[in-house]
Amino acid sequence: MGFLRRFFRGRAAVQQLPTGTVTVDRNGEILTTTVSSAYSRNLLRDIGRDVLELFREARSAEMPLAEVSLHFGSLHITARELRGGAIIFLLPQTVLLATPKNSRS
Amino acid sequence: MDKRHKILILDDDEDWLILSRELLSTLPSHPEVLIANNGKRALAILESEPVRLLICDLKMPRMDGLQVLSIVRRRHPELRTVVLSGLEDEEYRSRAYALGVDLFWIKMEMQSNAKMFNECLESLLGRDDEPGFRGIQSKSLMDIIQMECLSRSSTVLRISRGPLVAKLWLQDGELIDAEAAGARGEAAFRRILAWKSGTFENHPAEPNRERTIFKPVNALLLETAQDMDETAQPLGQDATEQSTHRKTMWKLAQLTREGAEFVISLPPDGMGEPEVFGTRSTAPAGWARVAASIARRLGERLEAGPVLQVAGKNMERQVLVMNHEDKIFLVGWPADADGNLVEKTRKLIASWDS
Repeated sequence: MGFLRRFFRGRAAVQQLPTGTVTVDRNGEILTTTVSSAYSRNLLRDIGRDVLELFREARSAEMPLAEVSLHFGSLHITARELRGGAIIFLLPQTVLLATPKNSRS
Repeated sequence: MDKRHKILILDDDEDWLILSRELLSTLPSHPEVLIANNGKRALAILESEPVRLLICDLKMPRMDGLQVLSIVRRRHPELRTVVLSGLEDEEYRSRAYALGVDLFWIKMEMQSNAKMFNECLESLLGRDDEPGFRGIQSKSLMDIIQMECLSRSSTVLRISRGPLVAKLWLQDGELIDAEAAGARGEAAFRRILAWKSGTFENHPAEPNRERTIFKPVNALLLETAQDMDETAQPLGQDATEQSTHRKTMWKLAQLTREGAEFVISLPPDGMGEPEVFGTRSTAPAGWARVAASIARRLGERLEAGPVLQVAGKNMERQVLVMNHEDKIFLVGWPADADGNLVEKTRKLIASWDS
């Protein structure tokens, strides 16, 4: 095995996208989550903090928001304000995602 | 000897392949329809059979449609190619045309407009019998229109620039109608010619189209070119003020027509002040910049791909933040605005500075 590692150790792994729900408190700490425990907690905390920052900045811009969503090429993040914290839905947009039969590619 | 043309359909959806085969077998020229459910199989068929037309899907596992098309373009340059995809995305349309495909069609449109689709296919199948050259064109719209008129063509030119779509109707080499972003006739024609880039495709002629343009096309092209030259000239102070006023009025009219509440456009940092229409407050501009920055940072950390948009809503309104060229746009819509807001925002932004 050591012999093989000498050849393959430099190969970068593809990062998995999170899927599930996270609730965070007003400080961005994770309260509950259904995201796989294999997914980095630090990245989940980053998502929580960034989402809370979006809500906070919207309030200081006199445009308080009840919901924000961030749409990336392969991931949708939707967050609802929850008494200072937030509930966050993470939905990867992959081709392997189950879709209705009539949404033909 | 069987002189029927052969059509190859490539799609990973088996049901769709069977349905398409049935539909295409009913074409007036009764072509022989071959099917393949992956790129490798399609390339093998193309090597062994004299296929005239390849109809290709884009989103497929392992080898996607664009990869297949780039291989086909090199190995079989004489083959007619049609993209038939469920991806209603102008970027894919541009990429497909850049690979030299003859036609790009959306599956839903094929179902709703089967007659026109069949006519396009018949025209592509028959075109091999006519002499002529083919290749990838990168010409100005003026050149393309002049060429169509000189050859006395009857066709509908569909021109797209990002999410904006326009059409020109030509009958026996005369321009009879134009349509773009809610405008029609000469006004639409002038607006289309101001577009600096985009893609075009030829659709079958519509001889019964009502005529709205009566001026000769050369006169219209000349007038439009003069207008564009004058716009490009440096203006005096009065003329600059008038021009700024006209632009402001046009943008407000655009805002009202689309039903948006406000539009804020932010130039890159340090490159000027935000442009605000429809609201007095500039505070949301700060939020838009923060939102764009957070989204970019988070997208990179999560490796989630490019940022498409950031949206927000409350009881009163919905807001969308999108990038366009080097600017960030924040567009506000009423909470009860209906329709596809993302698409409407994209169109509004694309037409904003044009």
